[in-house]
Amino acid sequence: MTIGLGHYLSVGAILFTLGILGIFLNRKNIIVILMSIELILLSVNINLVAFSTFLGDIVGQVFALLVLTVAAAEAAIGLAVLVVYFRNRGSIAVEDVNLMKG
Amino acid sequence: MILPALFFYLFAGICVASAVMVIVSRNPVHSVLYLILAFVNASGLFILMGAEFLGMMLIVVYVGAVAVLFLFVIMMLDVDFVELREGFMQYLPIGLVIGGIFVFELLLVVGGWAINPSVTKNITAAIPANISNTEALGLVLYTKYIHYFQLAGMVLLVAMIGAIVLTLRHKVNVKRQDINVQNARTPELAMSVRKVAAGQGLQDADAAEWVK
Repeated sequence: MTIGLGHYLSVGAILFTLGILGIFLNRKNIIVILMSIELILLSVNINLVAFSTFLGDIVGQVFALLVLTVAAAEAAIGLAVLVVYFRNRGSIAVEDVNLMKG
Repeated sequence: MILPALFFYLFAGICVASAVMVIVSRNPVHSVLYLILAFVNASGLFILMGAEFLGMMLIVVYVGAVAVLFLFVIMMLDVDFVELREGFMQYLPIGLVIGGIFVFELLLVVGGWAINPSVTKNITAAIPANISNTEALGLVLYTKYIHYFQLAGMVLLVAMIGAIVLTLRHKVNVKRQDINVQNARTPELAMSVRKVAAGQGLQDADAAEWVK
């Protein structure tokens, strides 16, 4: 009962699918959509680290570190946009986002 | 040999279960707390794989910063989250179908693939044997991949400036101290001598000018 690369990749695949599903199910709640994106990025990181450790190549972990950075930046910017949008509209419903529609 | 497998299934099971709870829970605060649980368990998986530094980083960055940021925003915004859940049931069947197909395909790939044996020749930076993970990561991150590292720092800087610029607002009604104006103030600007008529006092009409 050894745990191999396939086990970790399966966890990554399931987490990725759950992230996609979260975007589908919470179409109106942009906060949960942002959290689903975080889940997707987490699954990507699991894949990178799994390949990195099982192939014995450290570059995958360097890459995972960069993905982590981008995920943090994305969350900060996304939430800032959300706060500004809430100030202007008083709601965060995604389907009201049509201010720029001509 | 049984212990790593046991811990793998523990971490992976809790991670997947809390990821499910993130997307189905009614209260977004609960969603964030489940997200924290998912990240802590993913960090356990990382440590199990031997990537201790990234495991710790996941806790520091995600649990310490990102999840707390989410919590702040959720509690700061006064949003009716019940109304935002409309359509959840409507999208559930199609979402489950697409998700099922997706995970089936991904697991098919995971089950049916094999590593090309010659890939070991193409390893860019092999993990050195007898040093810790953090040291091994630092040895390549600050030498071979220094430009990527600095680029990551630049991304964070831009994100920080962007978030500040987006959310900063100057309130028009707030009086702020302006030292130049204070220093330029002279007795002539600040005071005026008035003759006050007996029994009448200063009239309101004069007040505006007087204050100025």
